[in-house]
Amino acid sequence: MKPRFVETFVPPAATFLLTTAAAEFGIRAAGVSPLLLPTPSAVARAALQHAPTLLPALAMTAQAVAIGLALSIALGLLVAIALSTSRWVERAFYPYAIFFQIVPIVAIAPLLVIWFGYGMRAVVAAAFIVSVFPVIANSLAGLLSVDPALRDLFRLYGASGFARLWKLSLPWALPNVLTGLRIAAGLAVIGAIVGEFVGGGGLGVVVLEAMRQQRTDLVFAAVLHAAALGLALFAAVNATSHFALRRWHTQETEP
Amino acid sequence: MTPSPLPRYPAFMSAPEPTAAPTGVAVRVRGACRVFRSAGEADVVAVDGVDLSIAAGEFVAILGPSGCGKSTLLRMIAGLEPLDAGDLGFGAGGGAPKNALAYVFQDAHLLPWRDVLANVALPLELQGRASGERRDAALRAIAAVGLADAARRHPAQLSGGMRMRVSLARALVTEPRLLLLDEPFAALDEITRQDLDDQLRALWAATGMTVLFVTHSIAEAAFLAERAVVLTRRPARVVLEHALDLPAQRDAALRGDARFAREMSVLYEALRRGNGKAA
Repeated sequence: MKPRFVETFVPPAATFLLTTAAAEFGIRAAGVSPLLLPTPSAVARAALQHAPTLLPALAMTAQAVAIGLALSIALGLLVAIALSTSRWVERAFYPYAIFFQIVPIVAIAPLLVIWFGYGMRAVVAAAFIVSVFPVIANSLAGLLSVDPALRDLFRLYGASGFARLWKLSLPWALPNVLTGLRIAAGLAVIGAIVGEFVGGGGLGVVVLEAMRQQRTDLVFAAVLHAAALGLALFAAVNATSHFALRRWHTQETEP
Repeated sequence: MTPSPLPRYPAFMSAPEPTAAPTGVAVRVRGACRVFRSAGEADVVAVDGVDLSIAAGEFVAILGPSGCGKSTLLRMIAGLEPLDAGDLGFGAGGGAPKNALAYVFQDAHLLPWRDVLANVALPLELQGRASGERRDAALRAIAAVGLADAARRHPAQLSGGMRMRVSLARALVTEPRLLLLDEPFAALDEITRQDLDDQLRALWAATGMTVLFVTHSIAEAAFLAERAVVLTRRPARVVLEHALDLPAQRDAALRGDARFAREMSVLYEALRRGNGKAA
């Protein structure tokens, strides 16, 4: 157990310490203006000093991301299930699902404010729009890849449509759904921050305010908080994935 | 993953009773044809006018070259593939026997998220049986294929041979009257394969079900079946129907027997003829 912990955490920690130290001394030695590039220590000071602003903003963004992502999973899965029911449905609607993939979220964010007003709802909508496509695309790929022999088996024993979906297609697609979710988690954070630039609230507004006041250190601190949020979501999806799929693959514990 | 030692078979398996009451269902195929059509390509005639009559409780091997349409024929009997011409009848009634049919695929095709017990119980679950009944029947079927110790393991923790046993148990759990097998042991190593052949033969003798076994292996057909049906290269037609003159009690020694060699050469000749030498 112990060596594995060391293997997992020591190398990235060493990289972090080295690059941070290098940045600190490099920026000081080169005499770069803190308006352009603050030292890591200045960013850390700003983060501590503005914690009363940053932490509530982080909580607000996290909430919008969580709701947006939950909507993406629920609606994305429903859409994928609907598209998987027939080739014709897929051909008729899938090209329009790609809209969510190609829509420039920055360009339509003002539209979302017009529709949903300033505040949380527009931000949630932005997070949803950018994160739903990977859920649809990956879930659909999983639902369509079900082993034909297993479909035959279910048919042979007269399984209902519901049993086929619940006991075969959905569990079969689970690894793909989780892959989609992993991509969606990172995108939802981006969508929420862009939404906040226009719709207000959260870390997006902290970034805008700090920029107006030329507080580059605070911009960095806010960006780090957003990155931490993305990382936490990514880790949560990975943990879920590990837990849900641990039985599918050969286990290290052989009885 | 280390292969676990082969489990001991339950008592009834080491000494199969060939006199078990026949519970099997008879199968009659008349003029069965199946043509695969796809846009922009020539039609492929997979099965062309096959007649087949299988008695209740019989063990028949369907032998033919790879890709000859023998799997299609088996799928037609299972109701997984429509007949473009001809007809299909079961038993005395003629209709497809409900819940009496089981199918074993070329590979195990288990659900990776379910353990052995839940995989084997799946057919009963889909048929809507009560959970206690499912569990008891699944445990019996698992014991019958010699996997009692592995009931709680997942497919990823099993060897290829063990997975195939699970697949066999899943087919047996509904106590089928007609068992259809599509080259089920083709991907296994020789020893595991012979072991499963022995086991299948013993299960057949113990239950009296009708077994239709598709294979491209002459030795496997001769060892397992009471009767062999040899098909031609695609489109599949019957070249030879041959009752195998071998003892009911079959074991490893039989493979070295002169009678076994003679039957194999008969099947080999038919297979060669069907392969286009004199068609």
